[in-house]
Amino acid sequence: MYDPRPTKYPMPVQDPERRRNSFGEVALGYDEETAVKEASRCLHCKARPCMNGCPVSVRIPDFIAEIAAGNFEGAYGIIAETSSLPAVCGRVCPQEKQCEKFCVRGGKGEPVGIGRLERFAADYHYAHAKEGTDLPARNGHRVAVVGSGPAGLACAGELAKRGCEVTVFEALHEAGGVLMYGIPEFRLPKEIVEREIGRLRSLGVKIETDSVIGRLYTVEELKTELGFEAVFLGTGAGLPRFMGIKGEGAKGVFSANEYLTRANLMKAYEEDSETPIYRGKRVAVVGGGNVAMDAARMARRLGAEVTIVYRRGMEELPARREEVEHAKEEGIAFRLLANPVEILTDGDNNAIGLKCVEMELGQPDGSGRRSPVARVGSEFTIEADCVIMALGTSPNPLIRATTEGLATGPHGEIAADEEGRTSLEGVFAGGDAVTGSATVILAMGAGKRAAESIIRYLKGRK
Amino acid sequence: MVRILTRRELNPNVTMIEVEAPRIAEKALAGQFVILRVDGRGERIPLTIAGTDRERGAVAVIFQVVGGTTMALNEKRAGDTLADFVGPLGNPTDIAGVKKAVVVGGGVGCAIALPVARRLKEAGAAVHSVIGFRSKEFVILAEEFRALSDSFAVTTDDGIFGERGNVCLPLKKLLEEETFDAVYAIGPLPMMKFVAAATEPYRVRTIASMNPIMIDGTGMCGCCRVRVGGEMKFACVDGPDFDAHKIDFDEAIARNRAYLSFEAEARERHCNLYKKENN
Repeated sequence: MYDPRPTKYPMPVQDPERRRNSFGEVALGYDEETAVKEASRCLHCKARPCMNGCPVSVRIPDFIAEIAAGNFEGAYGIIAETSSLPAVCGRVCPQEKQCEKFCVRGGKGEPVGIGRLERFAADYHYAHAKEGTDLPARNGHRVAVVGSGPAGLACAGELAKRGCEVTVFEALHEAGGVLMYGIPEFRLPKEIVEREIGRLRSLGVKIETDSVIGRLYTVEELKTELGFEAVFLGTGAGLPRFMGIKGEGAKGVFSANEYLTRANLMKAYEEDSETPIYRGKRVAVVGGGNVAMDAARMARRLGAEVTIVYRRGMEELPARREEVEHAKEEGIAFRLLANPVEILTDGDNNAIGLKCVEMELGQPDGSGRRSPVARVGSEFTIEADCVIMALGTSPNPLIRATTEGLATGPHGEIAADEEGRTSLEGVFAGGDAVTGSATVILAMGAGKRAAESIIRYLKGRK
Repeated sequence: MVRILTRRELNPNVTMIEVEAPRIAEKALAGQFVILRVDGRGERIPLTIAGTDRERGAVAVIFQVVGGTTMALNEKRAGDTLADFVGPLGNPTDIAGVKKAVVVGGGVGCAIALPVARRLKEAGAAVHSVIGFRSKEFVILAEEFRALSDSFAVTTDDGIFGERGNVCLPLKKLLEEETFDAVYAIGPLPMMKFVAAATEPYRVRTIASMNPIMIDGTGMCGCCRVRVGGEMKFACVDGPDFDAHKIDFDEAIARNRAYLSFEAEARERHCNLYKKENN
């Protein structure tokens, strides 16, 4: 039965007052009844424009139809055909820029809550299904996957399903990449990531943590010494960017990566963690993406007054809309159209403030975004004893510096074609390591496509 | 999990352990480091590799007790395990083309200077060593340096052992007398700063090994950033060795003190626990 309600059924969330001190997940998820109602808002239009917005082409109207019919497990099955990490993507995909952007219902009112429904189906599945532990028939091929973030996990999962013997090498002490160190618990519970990794292990995937490829073994040595027939590089875009302004070396200035790694991976906010985290009283977060929102909301939970400083306006914030809304609800201030020019310090090199200039939006640049221009004489200061730089990241140099013959692009990204093939035979790459910082779903899609390509390569070699 | 093979106290503050890590032992070169975690709740700390024994698959690290983690590490004995031991990280010390060098070690930094001196010697270079300590009871590895060096000097602040004063005096004397291809400085930041100032007038290439605070050691956190020649470098992937004449030591010194209060707190926590257990 079609439901003409113009807006999405609201997502139950933790109370904003309470969640300022809570690291638990903010969005609580639909119950069965609400999910069925929300699914009934889908028009099932013929053109299926939502699918064009999905980087991995999930059969969206089909899974929504299953939910509307109460067949939740069937819905999960449809999503899982194309998405490797449904519980993750339902939570972290920027749906308003992808599937939901194209939803016809969005023309008058709100689009169907596709992300919320995806999350519901995945959570339902994990709560009810008994995972079969039947190992797929082995095909005798051995593949190494470097990095256990979204690209690596998706690639490893697909290869394992197809019968390859897969070993994933992870530099950190826990698998999951950005899903573990970057995205906070309150947005993506680590239990979900661990469950996904457990699922890969049950498919026979081996995970070697504490293994920095490029150092412990080079890419070449993975093939020659360890005998892997193909290697997938999903090493991500790990290197944090800074602005190059005065005072960035001061104490109390962090990259968002450092701040979030201390909090998420090292659990610095928990009493019994040995890792210290700087608990600023007034925190300024520079940047407007999801990582900036994550860092700001983490700082808020650690007791700070937080201001987000972004050089464009509210409309231009690249973060997911929902994260911006949650940040506002939690009392985070936004100082928009402002750009830092200097971090002010005291005599002992501690950060004490952020000197900024006001910006105005000029002509659209090549990417179509209006580029901000500084207004002369508009300098002002934000008091801050902690400044977190969330300006994006660049590809990690370790692999390119230690892999002879691996072609890279102008920003140090690994050069790979649509199918993930690099300049080296048997070496494939995908995700942020190739594209620069992007999204979980794009990385996952790239990992999956590369897995297909690796299978073709292995068959061709036989 | 990795196993501790041997443990030896070099002086009241400094301990050496050998850890079973055959692949790291095989790959590591002088100047590289490891990151370790003592247990599953522990922080990640970087320690420079002090030596390797490929036959036994052993990697040696030497540490000074400064905070909670190094205290916990110091309580481990041979046969105990560590949660994580990752490496070899960073770039090896560059010795290409160096025929004659001075290796300057300060305090616990001597543990890292020794493998650099050894590698230079093995590559056929003449090695002149200058090592310095606060006072006699902190002297480590003096005999090892003496044995492999073409000339050797040891200083202590109080002059009770070796020459009185700091490493710069014997270093300047060497630079006055002869010309060198390179000076390698490994020790506390203020010492490396003074060495850089001392060698600058002689226009001798001077390399300092930085050991900033780190988390991942693979370029991800940016915590180990060091200003070199006005540019921001990450010690873990761009270093840990840099041109000492270009390093902003004052900023590095301030940054290294960022967690002093946490360290003091952690020490206290560990001591109190220790007291409780012993009462």
